[in-house]
Amino acid sequence: MTDYSVELNNLTKYFGRRLIFNGISFNFTSQNIYGISGPNGSGKSTLVKIIANLNSATKGKVVHKSGEKLIEPEELHNYIGFVSPYLFLYDEFTAEENLIHSSRIRGIHYGKEKADHLFNELNLFDRRNDLVRGYSSGMKQRLKFIFALLHEPQLLIFDEPTSNLDATGKEAVYSIIKNELKNNLVIIASNEETDLSLCGRVIELEQFKS
Amino acid sequence: MKAFSLYKKDWQSELRTRYAINALAMFILVTISVIMFSVGNEKITEYLTGGLLWVVIFFSAMSGLSRAFVSEEERGTTMTLHLLASPSTIFSGKLIFNLVLVFLMNFVITILFSMLFPSFIIKNVVLFLIAFLLGNVGIAVSSTIIAAIISKASSKGTLYPVLSFPILLPLILTLLELTKFSMDGNSVEASSVEIFVLVCYDVIMGTASYLLFDFIWKE
Repeated sequence: MTDYSVELNNLTKYFGRRLIFNGISFNFTSQNIYGISGPNGSGKSTLVKIIANLNSATKGKVVHKSGEKLIEPEELHNYIGFVSPYLFLYDEFTAEENLIHSSRIRGIHYGKEKADHLFNELNLFDRRNDLVRGYSSGMKQRLKFIFALLHEPQLLIFDEPTSNLDATGKEAVYSIIKNELKNNLVIIASNEETDLSLCGRVIELEQFKS
Repeated sequence: MKAFSLYKKDWQSELRTRYAINALAMFILVTISVIMFSVGNEKITEYLTGGLLWVVIFFSAMSGLSRAFVSEEERGTTMTLHLLASPSTIFSGKLIFNLVLVFLMNFVITILFSMLFPSFIIKNVVLFLIAFLLGNVGIAVSSTIIAAIISKASSKGTLYPVLSFPILLPLILTLLELTKFSMDGNSVEASSVEIFVLVCYDVIMGTASYLLFDFIWKE
């Protein structure tokens, strides 16, 4: 398994004149779980979006490497699995259709076995052919995990991974996270004590406010 | 191939939600009906029907083609696309979708015009088809990039035609000229300057859109 690393170099983000965080430098490496914590509005989601190249930093840069290979921003989506409350799948498709379309758009074969395994693990197997429109918020959250894991990414970014989940859902997600830790790099942005207890190191965003 | 998969996803989604098709169909129906009521029993000139054809096409494009990106933004699935494919794949996929939609829409409008307006007579069909083909490509390319620009704005409905007008004006003017030539029965050779203008427009808009999309999509 190739090591994956993410290097944050002096990241600063402003929204207008408001400083969100300043001077974050950090190295994330494979087979570790990292946490990002801070109160509401501290910039947790903004930071993970910047890491995933969904947003730009005002200053500083993010370097992704798979082994020695530098990952270009245009290829980054192939290496990232992302779960967040503001990620939405297509309501007019069934869960399985969403995954089939996403695999085809990625240019990869739809791994039915892997998908069925994840559907089972996240307790969605019987509902995989239902339209996502009819899903509860917790079911949608579980589906996002399948969406994030199906292409076997090396970097997993989970923003508030257990939001909307019941106790069984949380257990399933924690088990997935522990399993992914064996080969991949996992970053969790959360305020939940139980989520952060999985992390080896936690970045406190309150320390980067000046 | 990835772009084609994105087009297939959009097409299947369109068939289920009828986001753009219903808007386009209703718009075409209403505008042509209004023109027919306004004209009444008056005999209108063939040049005027040619002009009206492109007016209907322009406004129909304004009502439906922005959906490619606006629907993603409204459903909150823009980030999902970011996570699935590179900007070039997304632009190409959306462009294929808009091309199919423009060709279908303009084909229906042209057929309706030839059935409902007796003075809409094309003497040089080959010249008209060349203009039709190049015009549709130009409309699809321009509409796709403008849709990407306005999708994040709060007043999308107003901004789209306002921004499209200056960009599509040279295209529409050239298309009007070529439609007039094809009604007069001019040869393709005699209209080569206008055809060349259309080719240049398509190439310039296509290249500029492809290069700019990366920046538009990121922020």
